[in-house]
Amino acid sequence: MSINLGIPAVRTRGEGNLFAHEKFPTAAKRELKNQQLRANLRHATHTIRDKRINVVSELPDWEDLRESGSRIKENVMARLPELLEQFEAAFTARGGVIHWANDATEANAIVTSLIRATGETEVVKVKSMATQEIGLNEHLESLGINAIETDLAELIVQLGHDRPSHILVPAIHKNRTQIRDIFRAEIPNASPDLTDNPKELAATARAYLREKFLNAKVAISGANFGIAETGTLGVVESEGNGRMCLTLPETLITVMGIEKILPRWEDLGVFMQLLPRSSTGERMNPYSSLWTGKNGQDGPQNIHLVMLDNGRTRALADKNGRSALHCIRCSACMNVCPVYERTGGHAYGSTYPGPIGAILSPLLTGITAEENSSLPYASSLCGACFDACPVKINIPEILIDLRAQDVEAQHSVRKAPTEMDVLMKGASWALSSGTRLKFLEKGLPAGRLLAGKDQRISWLPGIAGGWTSSRDIPAPPQSSFRDQWAQREKFQKSQGPQLFQQSQASPKPTGKQGE
Amino acid sequence: MVGAKEDILSRVRVALQGDAPVTDIPRDYRQSGTMNQEQLIDHLTDRLVDYKAEVKVVLATDLQGAIAEFLANARSVVVPHGLDAQWIAGVADADVVTDSSEAPVPVDQLNATDAVLTSSAVSVAESGTIILDGTPTQGRRAISLVPDQHVCVVPASTIVEILPEALPRLQPSHPQTWISGPSATSDIELERVEGVHGPRRLSVIIVEDA
Repeated sequence: MSINLGIPAVRTRGEGNLFAHEKFPTAAKRELKNQQLRANLRHATHTIRDKRINVVSELPDWEDLRESGSRIKENVMARLPELLEQFEAAFTARGGVIHWANDATEANAIVTSLIRATGETEVVKVKSMATQEIGLNEHLESLGINAIETDLAELIVQLGHDRPSHILVPAIHKNRTQIRDIFRAEIPNASPDLTDNPKELAATARAYLREKFLNAKVAISGANFGIAETGTLGVVESEGNGRMCLTLPETLITVMGIEKILPRWEDLGVFMQLLPRSSTGERMNPYSSLWTGKNGQDGPQNIHLVMLDNGRTRALADKNGRSALHCIRCSACMNVCPVYERTGGHAYGSTYPGPIGAILSPLLTGITAEENSSLPYASSLCGACFDACPVKINIPEILIDLRAQDVEAQHSVRKAPTEMDVLMKGASWALSSGTRLKFLEKGLPAGRLLAGKDQRISWLPGIAGGWTSSRDIPAPPQSSFRDQWAQREKFQKSQGPQLFQQSQASPKPTGKQGE
Repeated sequence: MVGAKEDILSRVRVALQGDAPVTDIPRDYRQSGTMNQEQLIDHLTDRLVDYKAEVKVVLATDLQGAIAEFLANARSVVVPHGLDAQWIAGVADADVVTDSSEAPVPVDQLNATDAVLTSSAVSVAESGTIILDGTPTQGRRAISLVPDQHVCVVPASTIVEILPEALPRLQPSHPQTWISGPSATSDIELERVEGVHGPRRLSVIIVEDA
């Protein structure tokens, strides 16, 4: 468990987009009113989850792959210092340059200075969670550098001055008509007759970005994997925008979290089976690019990598929550989550929405940072996310642990006990002694009185009103179980020992076994 | 940012203090396939067609003709310098330009080129994945990316059934492109559209040993 310094609601490590700025219940309530959003989300999450189940069931060794994936990641965490050094040596030997960043502020400054050194004011970008996490685009924009998102969904989000709402399909909350309107308004030379046919919309993006790709001098990417033994980086994508960015510009700047390391080349055999099937529900994504430093005239000549901490070492120090760092950003957990399906990604505030976001964001920032303490409660604990996770992150267990951390953190900053504290203290006092409980049970008839004629309690005061605001409590029984048991004993004794033995020896077959 | 590396590594070490090492990694997943070459060809074809690629399966003697058919409408074709010159010999009507590291074709010219013809290093039948590894028969990554049609030759002997079989056959130090169908997006209402930025037409020729 992390050490709590008792300073609530403070951004603990630099800038970026890891923070919920309002409590999840508040944000969720607003998002739930958006009917269009809920319809789009339901369609999208159900489509992807069905595809995923189909392609996963094709593999006879899926569970073996999950087990290997999970254990490889455990191994990576345990050997992280050594693997990072190994990766750096291999990457550097091939002409790459590594920069280390403690937090978002440092990472943004490094990327900025690398871009400035080229003299460029426009760069192309491959979709990347790490750069979103650190708020790189906003940072560059504030300094007059235009970072163009080239993934279609990210482009839609960027042109719509919007925020992504899903890890894999960031514009999942927009339908085709909304997208057409954004393109008509924002893409120079877009035809005013542009229809909402997805083929036409994709062709418009192609024409707009082709010119950018051919002229770009600098590209920015994330990385899905970094192989320690070879110094190789990998990006997995569908459209070819990744290949364009990774191949054509002179300078390539990659931002990667330190947890993305895999020890060996052969580990790709595990993760490149797990990732596409869990993510898009495809047997394989259309394009994957792997590069190891500089390679002659093939691809960029200046290769940089920013190794990002930004709270990862904090998460690593939480032994119960550490496995959240196993995440390969496939998004399978959000596609099966009943809470995500209804609220959508924006309600989570952070770059990482859904079940993984509910644990990852507070683990990276600390539970007391801004409103991230509300995120671990954004779950019904149904466990669907754990089942779907290709690297077996036990999300429900970590959610519960983080809730406990939140309760402890709340205690350490408050002097006066809350109503809940008083209730829990009272319950502990009553339930830890038979005599006390027996005494309190004498009050059951009072509860029946409160329930009134319809035998239901529909209103309770204070914090208990949270329960009765959405459900009734049935009237308590006339006497307690303890009393009923005592009555039964008394009755049997009065009937004499013979009858007692008989009833013990031969239970009557009723013909209704198993009911 | 001097010292950030030391800061990060020291925090990692503190975080890991007192942990038992994880040594045993189970690898019970399949390491090799069971299909014969005919089954591998069928399986790969099925997957590629599912991705909306065009596929021809031919004998080595018919390769030249198959290439010419796929490139019938191309006015210009780029090839990597290590490609067997015979392969392109049947393409009569197109301008053929050769790309190499020493004489790379400028990107604007690639953008004006209709098609590219390459070989491939390894293919994985189960996932329908063709892997290019930048060796002289496959060329620089840019040439198989910018033209709108990619005609890719897959020698049957280079097909394996599953991914773990493919990895030992690849050189990690070479830049690689793994291709599973033409460029595609599902970003608009999850409706799949083939052809965004990469080649919109992927034409695969699987060559059986004669």
